[in-house]
Amino acid sequence: MKNFKYLSFLFLAITFFSCTSNSDSTPETAVDETLGLVKIQKLSNENHVIELYSETGVLTQGYNQISLRIKDKTTNKYITNASFNWIPIMKMAAMQHSCPRSGIEKISGKQTLYRGDIIFQMAQNDTDAWHLQIDYTIDDIKSNATSAIAVIASQKRTVNSFTGTDGVRYILAYISPKTPKVALNNMTVGLYKMQDDLITFNVVDNFKIKIDPRMPSMGNHSSPNNTDLLQSLSGGTYNGKLSLTMTGYWKINLQLLNATGEVLKGEDFATENLQSSLFFEAEF
Amino acid sequence: MITLSLPIYDIMKITATILLAAFSTICFAQKQEKDSISPVDLNEIIVISKKTPARLKQPKSLATVEEYLQQSSKVNMVRRGGYALEPIINNMATERTVITIDGMRIFGACTDKMDPVTSYVEVSNLSEANIASGQQGSCHGPTIGGSIDLKRANLNQKELGWNGAAKTGYETNNQHKILGTSIGFNDKSFYVNTDFTYRDAQNYKAGNHEEIDFSQFTKYNLSATAGFYLGKKGLIEGAVIYDKATDVGYPALPMDVSLAKATITSLRYSYTPVSSYFTNWETKVYYNTITHKMDDTKRPNVPIHMDMPGWSDTYGYYSKLKGRYENHHFMANLNSFYNKSIAEMTMYPSNPKENPMFMYTWPDVRTFYNGLYLEDGMQISPNANIKVSTNIGIHSNKVADEFGLQSLEIFYPDMNATKNRVLKSLAGNYILHHNKFEYGFGLAYGERAPSVSEGYGYYLYNSNDFYDYIGNPNLQNEKSFEANLSFGFKTETFTANLTSSFFHIQDYIIGKIDPNIQPMTIGGSGVKVYNALNYATIFNTDLNLEYKIAQNWYFKTLLAYSCGKDDDHNNLPFISPLRYSGNLQFKKENFNLGFGASGNLTQVKFAAAYGETKTSGYVIFNFNSGYTFPWNEKKLNVQAGVENIFDKYYTTFSDWNKIPRQGRNFFINVSYVLF
Repeated sequence: MKNFKYLSFLFLAITFFSCTSNSDSTPETAVDETLGLVKIQKLSNENHVIELYSETGVLTQGYNQISLRIKDKTTNKYITNASFNWIPIMKMAAMQHSCPRSGIEKISGKQTLYRGDIIFQMAQNDTDAWHLQIDYTIDDIKSNATSAIAVIASQKRTVNSFTGTDGVRYILAYISPKTPKVALNNMTVGLYKMQDDLITFNVVDNFKIKIDPRMPSMGNHSSPNNTDLLQSLSGGTYNGKLSLTMTGYWKINLQLLNATGEVLKGEDFATENLQSSLFFEAEF
Repeated sequence: MITLSLPIYDIMKITATILLAAFSTICFAQKQEKDSISPVDLNEIIVISKKTPARLKQPKSLATVEEYLQQSSKVNMVRRGGYALEPIINNMATERTVITIDGMRIFGACTDKMDPVTSYVEVSNLSEANIASGQQGSCHGPTIGGSIDLKRANLNQKELGWNGAAKTGYETNNQHKILGTSIGFNDKSFYVNTDFTYRDAQNYKAGNHEEIDFSQFTKYNLSATAGFYLGKKGLIEGAVIYDKATDVGYPALPMDVSLAKATITSLRYSYTPVSSYFTNWETKVYYNTITHKMDDTKRPNVPIHMDMPGWSDTYGYYSKLKGRYENHHFMANLNSFYNKSIAEMTMYPSNPKENPMFMYTWPDVRTFYNGLYLEDGMQISPNANIKVSTNIGIHSNKVADEFGLQSLEIFYPDMNATKNRVLKSLAGNYILHHNKFEYGFGLAYGERAPSVSEGYGYYLYNSNDFYDYIGNPNLQNEKSFEANLSFGFKTETFTANLTSSFFHIQDYIIGKIDPNIQPMTIGGSGVKVYNALNYATIFNTDLNLEYKIAQNWYFKTLLAYSCGKDDDHNNLPFISPLRYSGNLQFKKENFNLGFGASGNLTQVKFAAAYGETKTSGYVIFNFNSGYTFPWNEKKLNVQAGVENIFDKYYTTFSDWNKIPRQGRNFFINVSYVLF
C-alpha cells in the first residue's frame, strides 16, 4: 500500500515536470557542479563574479584546495572557457609577500568549475591581512578581480616557513592524508623555495624529507615502517608512507635534506630533544 | 622439512606407517574376541565433585578448579595473582593446548591471558577433569601439548526426587569466603539441576605476612541444567553456565579486571542405541560469549590511563559417535566452531582536549574450524592393546574489521584478510600388560594454527618481559613430533607409574625481538614479533608412586622433571624445574587426615635468552583433616586444614614477575546435604 502511494506520487511528478522542463532552456544550470563543496566567498568586478569554494568553506593556514567558477553578471551564466592566474598577497605594515600556489585548471569532467591550490604559510592577524587577486582571460579579454580574504589560523601545525642552513627561505606544507587513519597512510607534502622578490615560490626538486611520527602524550613512542618523502616527478609534491599505529595526537617530526644529503632543518629525536624544530601535527 | 629434524620425522613417519599397517592387518586377521574388553584410556582423570567413595574424596572440596588441576603431574599453572591461573600442560601454555568444557570450545577474551577457560567455571559445575597428554588430546581440536576436558556432572545418575546441598568455606589468608548451593529434581522423564557459587577474597598475604596488593577477587557462578528423556534411548539436555567476576586484582600485571563475564550455553542430544555396533551417539550445539574488561583506575601512578575491553563469542557443535565392533572400540567426532575475537585499547591523554588514543589489539578475528577426529582402540591379544587416532581439520582466520586490517597492514602491507590452513594429527599407542607390569609406547604427529594473538595481535604488552608483541599472519603451522613411553607396576599395596613424553616441535612459535620497531607501551623494552624457531624440544617425565603402608594408611609421591630447549640449545621459558610432592594419608570410614609436602628444586635451567631469571627452590608443608557427621539423618562434611604451615615466602618459575605465592592459610570447608 505504502509503495503504491509513492509510485503514484512519482507518476504525478513525472507527468507534471516533464512537460514544463521542455519549454525552458537553461541546460548549464541544470547540474550544480559545486555539489559537496561549500562557498568561501565571492570576488567581483563590474562584469563578473568569481565564486570560491572548498570542502570546508573556509581558508586556513596551510594547504588549501580551492575550486572556483566565474559568472557573467549580464547573462547570469557561468563561463566555461576562462583562464585564470592568481596571486595571494599578505599586506603587512613594512612589507608584503605572497605564498606558494599552483596554477588554475579546469577540473576534468566539469563544465564551469576550475581548481587550484594555495599554501598560506601564515594566518591573518589583527593588523595584517591576505588579499587575493585573480587575473582572468575570457575570449582574449583580460580582466581581474581583487578582494580581501580571511585566512584563519590552523589548530595544528600544517605548514612550516623557515630558513635552512643554506640561507634559503623554504615553505613546507602538509597536503595529505586529509583524514589520517590507523594505517600506512600515503603522505604528501609540498616543498617550495621563496625567491628574493617574496612573490615567486618555486617547487624544490630532489630533496628528501625524513619523517618520524611520535605521540607526545604517550611517552613519545614512534611508529614502524615510515618511509622518507621523495619526489616522484620533478616539480611535483613529495610522497612517502606515514604509519600511524593508533588514533590520537601525533607529532610528525621532520628533517629536510638537500640533494647531497645535508640536513638543512630539523633534528633527530633524542631524550634531551623530544621534538624536531621542523614538524607537522595530526590528530584524529 | 629439510632441517635437523629430518631423521626424527622419518622415524616417526616409518613408525606410523608400521603401526597403521599392523593395525589394518590385525583388523582383518583377528578373530572375534569376547565382548568384555574395555576401551584403552590413556588419560588422567581428576575427580572433582561427583559422588565418590570416601577414598577418592578431595581433602579440600571447595578448592578452585585450578587447585584441582594442579594435582596432575602434567599440569602447572602460570599465576598472575590470586585468580584465573593459566593451566599449562606438559609445560605448554594456552596456545598449544585445548581446554574444553564438555567438549565445547571456549576462548578467553583477554589479550593478556587473564581469563583462561578454567576461570569461567566452578567446581560445582564439574564432575571431573580429563587430562590428555599430547596428541591423545586432539579429540576436541588440534593441540600440541595436550588437552583438558572439564566434564560437567552427569545428573541423571542421581536418585529420584529432590536433592539439595549447601556448602560454605572460609580461608584465613585472604578472607576468602565461599558460599554455594545446589538444588535439583530428578524424575523418571526429566531432571533439573541448578548450582550457585559465590567467592569473595581480599588481598592475600605471602609468607612473612607480606600483603600482596591488588590480589582480591569476587566471583559469582550460576549454572542450570535440564534434561528430558526421549524414550529409553534418547536424552535431550540444555545447560547454561553464567559466570561473573568483578573487582579482580592482578598484582603481577599493570592492570586489574573490573569485569570478566561468561555465558556458556549448550543443547545436547544423546542417543544410546541397542545396536551391537554403536554404543552412543551424542550431538551438541553450543554458544558462549565472554566479555572481559581490564581496569587500571585503582592503580596509583599509572603512566597513562587506559581501557582494554575484549569480547570473544564462539558458536560450535560436535557430533560424537562411539561404538564397538569385535575387538575394536571406535569413536568419531565431527566438530566445528566459529569464534569472533575483538579486543580494543583506548588510552586517555592527560590533556583532556586531546583525542583518546584508540587501537584494536585483536582486530575482530574470525576463526572457523571444521574437523573430524577418528579413534580406534583395539585389543590385539589378551594382554596387548593398540590405539590409533587421527584428526583432520580445516582452519580459517579472517580479519573482519577494516580498521584492524589496515592497522596490521602497517607491518604486513601485502597481507590478506583471510588465511586458510589444514591441520593434521596422527597418533598411535601400544600398551602391553604383563603380570603386574604395564608398558606403553606411542608415537604421534600433530599440527596447530597460530592463536589470535600470535597471528593478529597488535601491540600486546607482556609485563613479564616488558615487550610489546605483534602478531604475524604469515606464520606456518606449528608441527609436533611426539614420542611417549609409560611404565606401570601394580600390586595390592604398591602402584608405580612412570610416564615420559618427548616433543620435537617444528616451526615453534615464539616472539622474536625486532630492533627496528619501537615499543608503544611507556617503559617497554622493545617489540617482539611472533616468529618461528626452526624447532624446539620439550621433554617431560613424571613418576607417581602410591604405597599402602598399613590398613588405612597411604603414602603418595610425585616427581616430575621437564626440560625445554630451542634450536640453539637455549632453555625455553616457563619450563618447570624438578617438582616433587609427598603425601601421607589416613582414611577410615568418615574420617581422613593428610600431611604433605610439595616443592620445586631451584630452576637452574632458566631461559636467560628469553629474559627469564633464576627461581630458587622451595618446599611447603600442608595438613588437612576431614570428617563426615551424621546430622538430622543427613550428612555434614567438615574439612579443615592448613596450607604452607611454616609461612614460607616463595615464588615459582611460573609466577608472573616472580610474584610471591600465598603464605600460611587455614581453611575450612563445610558441606551439608539438605535433602
